Amino acid sequence: MHPAASIIVFTTFSGLGYGLAAILGLGLVDPSSVAVKAAYVASLGLIGLGLLSSTLHLGNPQRAWRALSQWRSSWLSREGVMAFATFVPLLWSGFAAVVEGRIAFVAGALGALLAAVTVYCTAMIYASLRSVEAWHTRLTPLCYLLFAAAGGALAAAFAAVAAGQPARPLLVLALALLVAAWTAKAFWRRRLARPGQGSTPETATGLGAIGRVRLFERPHSTENYLTREMGFRVARKHAAKLARLALLLGGIAPALALLAALAAGGGALAAALLGLALLSHVLGMLTERWLFFAEARHAVMNYYGG
Amino acid sequence: MTTLPDRPADARKLGLVIDLDVCVGCHACVVNCKEWNTGSDYGAALSDQDPYGPDVSGAWLNRVHSFEVIPEGGEIVGEAGEARIVHFPKSCLHCDDAPCVTVCPTGASYKRAEDGIVLVDEQKCIGCGLCAWACPYGAREMDLAAGVMKKCTLCIDRIYNETFEEADRVPACVRTCPANARHFGDLNDPASAVAVMVAERGGIDLMPEQGTRPVNKYLPPRPRKPLAAAAAEPDTGGATGFFAWLDGVLDRF
Repeated sequence: MHPAASIIVFTTFSGLGYGLAAILGLGLVDPSSVAVKAAYVASLGLIGLGLLSSTLHLGNPQRAWRALSQWRSSWLSREGVMAFATFVPLLWSGFAAVVEGRIAFVAGALGALLAAVTVYCTAMIYASLRSVEAWHTRLTPLCYLLFAAAGGALAAAFAAVAAGQPARPLLVLALALLVAAWTAKAFWRRRLARPGQGSTPETATGLGAIGRVRLFERPHSTENYLTREMGFRVARKHAAKLARLALLLGGIAPALALLAALAAGGGALAAALLGLALLSHVLGMLTERWLFFAEARHAVMNYYGG
Repeated sequence: MTTLPDRPADARKLGLVIDLDVCVGCHACVVNCKEWNTGSDYGAALSDQDPYGPDVSGAWLNRVHSFEVIPEGGEIVGEAGEARIVHFPKSCLHCDDAPCVTVCPTGASYKRAEDGIVLVDEQKCIGCGLCAWACPYGAREMDLAAGVMKKCTLCIDRIYNETFEEADRVPACVRTCPANARHFGDLNDPASAVAVMVAERGGIDLMPEQGTRPVNKYLPPRPRKPLAAAAAEPDTGGATGFFAWLDGVLDRF
């Protein structure tokens, strides 16, 4: 599948934003200091940036409001509805934290719940597509949820340590979520590497009863919408390299920084280290999301010899 | 509404039957489809990008792929072999469980209750492309000029058009096929010509494992004699009369 920049940015940043909003909403960080107030603002900013980015690839963005109407059948529509609904408690708890410097626990907890539902809907847009076998698994929403939570916990830990608050439980939580997320992703990748259970050129053409089917000639000599959109392929050796890079930047480096911060028990150095870890995590997640699309094979490629 | 309509069991299922034994791969259906749907008033014209340049591409609703099928244990010797070429026209299959319809966030994509045709309301389409992702067959292509999704309408502006001659009230691809490889009708009426064809020839669904329950059916190519049978010594044992005499005389030389 074509790794569109707008969708990669959208899923990565809205995921991080919802994760951060959820961790903050659970009241794990004291909002009286400036760094934590900034984190509240950042979480809403990331969510907004992600949602805005998601409209960039539309052919007719002026009609985007219509996407809120089909929540009964469409995960994309459900995601849109949930994104708007989630803003209500998040703005409420954000206002309480930033302006009044207090934790609005009910709004925060509701916001955390709705944020999780929104991320789940985002993941289900992909997981519900039977035409893309790599995505069509329960592991897809699990990975999206765990990555969002891990990123959010890391960002919240950064804010707490920068504010000079005791953050040991939060650092441990971030570490545990990182390990859980990358473990889920390892299972997801293992499933990806398994020989396909899905459609083949034989089932796609119905000619399997005669014998082995091979594309002889494409219907046209140049690319078309389908080959551009679904026909993107990344060389296997590059995919393996990028997967390792994603794990290094998005998992191992932040985990080491979290361990160092735990050992240091706070301070400016620990805060700086966590800031770098967050940056590294975002780069790792962008790589992971790029691969999520680039490595997925669409069933239509059975007709295009790809 | 992008939920699928509740249709009675005897509701009409309009669709195509494509005979893979007959198709010669001339692409006439592809071109006539493009021509009809570019000139028709139904929706935006099918646009092309860089139409006279080196990177020409555009939205087409019907395309012909060509496949090589190598039978189990079949021989391939140089250019001659038992592989056979099958020309394979592909357009929307108007699935009963159309995944392109249910994923649509805006209600633009829908399946008609009365005849099962899957259509796009272009006034509601935001061009997100998710329906094209959901379709395993590649039946939907985005029109990059209009920013809306295009797909086969089963020539809804022909088949119900009473200003046309009866013979012309079929999809453009069916009307134009010079080999008569494409047929149109109600697949849910066991007495219809298309349903009879499907029953007699063992019409098949494409990618049944995708659970889409396509309405369009494909008639598989008829079996061929193996290459070895054609190359074998011809048997003259059945000859009688003059030919039997001639056979005997020629054998003696």
